[in-house]
Amino acid sequence: MEIAATLGRFTLYRLQILGRSGIFLFAAIFQAFLPPFRLQRLIKEIEFVGSKSFLIVFVTALFTGMVLGIQGYYSLSQFGAEAALGVMVALSIIRELGPVLCALMVTGRAGSAITAEIGIMKITDQFPALEMMAIDPLKYVISPKVLAGIISLPLLTAFFDLVGIAGGYLVGVKLLGVNEGAYLGKMITAITFTDIYGGILKSLCFGVLITWIATFIGFTSEPTTEGVSRATTNAVVLTSLSILIVDYILTSLLL
Amino acid sequence: MIRVKNLVKRYGSLTVSNHLNCHFKKGKITVILGGSGSGKTSLLRQLTGLEKPDSGSVFFNGLDLTRLRRKKLYEARKKMGMLFQGSALFNYLNIFENIAFPLREHTKIADNIIKTIVTMKLEMVGLRGTEDLMPSQLSGGMTKRVGLARAIVMDPEIIFYDEPTSGLDPISTGVIDKLIKDLNQTLNITSVVVSHDIKSCFRIADNIIILFYGDIIAEGTAQEIKNSEDLRVKQFINGEPEGPIPFTRTDRNYLDEILFD
Repeated sequence: MEIAATLGRFTLYRLQILGRSGIFLFAAIFQAFLPPFRLQRLIKEIEFVGSKSFLIVFVTALFTGMVLGIQGYYSLSQFGAEAALGVMVALSIIRELGPVLCALMVTGRAGSAITAEIGIMKITDQFPALEMMAIDPLKYVISPKVLAGIISLPLLTAFFDLVGIAGGYLVGVKLLGVNEGAYLGKMITAITFTDIYGGILKSLCFGVLITWIATFIGFTSEPTTEGVSRATTNAVVLTSLSILIVDYILTSLLL
Repeated sequence: MIRVKNLVKRYGSLTVSNHLNCHFKKGKITVILGGSGSGKTSLLRQLTGLEKPDSGSVFFNGLDLTRLRRKKLYEARKKMGMLFQGSALFNYLNIFENIAFPLREHTKIADNIIKTIVTMKLEMVGLRGTEDLMPSQLSGGMTKRVGLARAIVMDPEIIFYDEPTSGLDPISTGVIDKLIKDLNQTLNITSVVVSHDIKSCFRIADNIIILFYGDIIAEGTAQEIKNSEDLRVKQFINGEPEGPIPFTRTDRNYLDEILFD
């Protein structure tokens, strides 16, 4: 009996948190569409989540593409199908690696920083200060961050795809001597709109996921130094795991 | 200005506001005194609507803050200013933008006029010339003064101070006390100060409320409190370690706990 009760309490507690975080996300997105609009705040957050992630996404994409080039060439040449290298690189990046790796990199760079920033604002009473100035902290602090994630991630993913394919091209065509026409030509005929659409849809979901978890965990963190450091770690771990799990669910739904 | 009726607030089994009734008069400085954990900060948060009481009402200009919708509450808050214990300045904005923040958010005042207003407020707290610094570059006493400048930038009717002098050196304490007094006298701003600093309290207070573990044990003018015959009040304002106010928190008998646990 005792065990059942504990289990029940635990489950209820978790469900409660999940419910609260859902309301939190809904309110943050809803608030974003009510005036007054804070375009400057949004642009600042997009700069932080999006444009400041460009370099890290660029490097990740380039090396992922290059590795795919080598590995793909090795596997495909066993069947004498090197010509399909372009298709293989492009498909794996656009459908899978682009959205996932991009999201993981942004989690590490921006997600952790968002949680820490919000936690520190909490420690220093900045949320009640906003409240006292008659400004809704959810609308002022959280909404722009969530929107920035939704806007930035698909764009970063598109950039990742481009650089990744170029990386594969660099290694496959320039280094290993795959025919250039085959690499690009086959790719263009083989990739369908559904592939691209699926990848972008995934990145949209990851954008919501990253900022949702980062802001919620920061917002509910314990306002102490240990509390914030724990929250930051939790946010990164939870986001990374969620990305991989949601990726599986989305892939199975989209196929 | 503010009337508190039958306010009750509990955290778990701990009662921090036990059926409180009190009154904060317009144009006066009222100091809420009490030891750590006496429920004074919690009372302050309930007075501003930051925290909802379990039951009871807080009337601000006749409006019950505990029952207001968010929008109305925000409307009422525009008439309030608050100085937080840690100042609560925005660390990503410089001093100028920190003070200008409420103006930029709530008004459409032109930039050059905002500059004039901010300069005036900074002059009031004696910090003109620090506009371009970041909050982290100022000392504790100075950030409090910047926080005060931000609290008065919208010309509030009432200012709440959460332990304005705790952790400050005697001179900074004197400066803050003088500012509180000056703001009250020159602009006729009603002030509510939460404090445990007796010396500074008697320097500024018109009225004093003493809290003890969620109960109001004394309420009156500064003079009345000074002359009070109540042993608990005497103990508190003289800072005596022995007296009717126990030093320990628990009700359990010390001997029982040592011998029979």
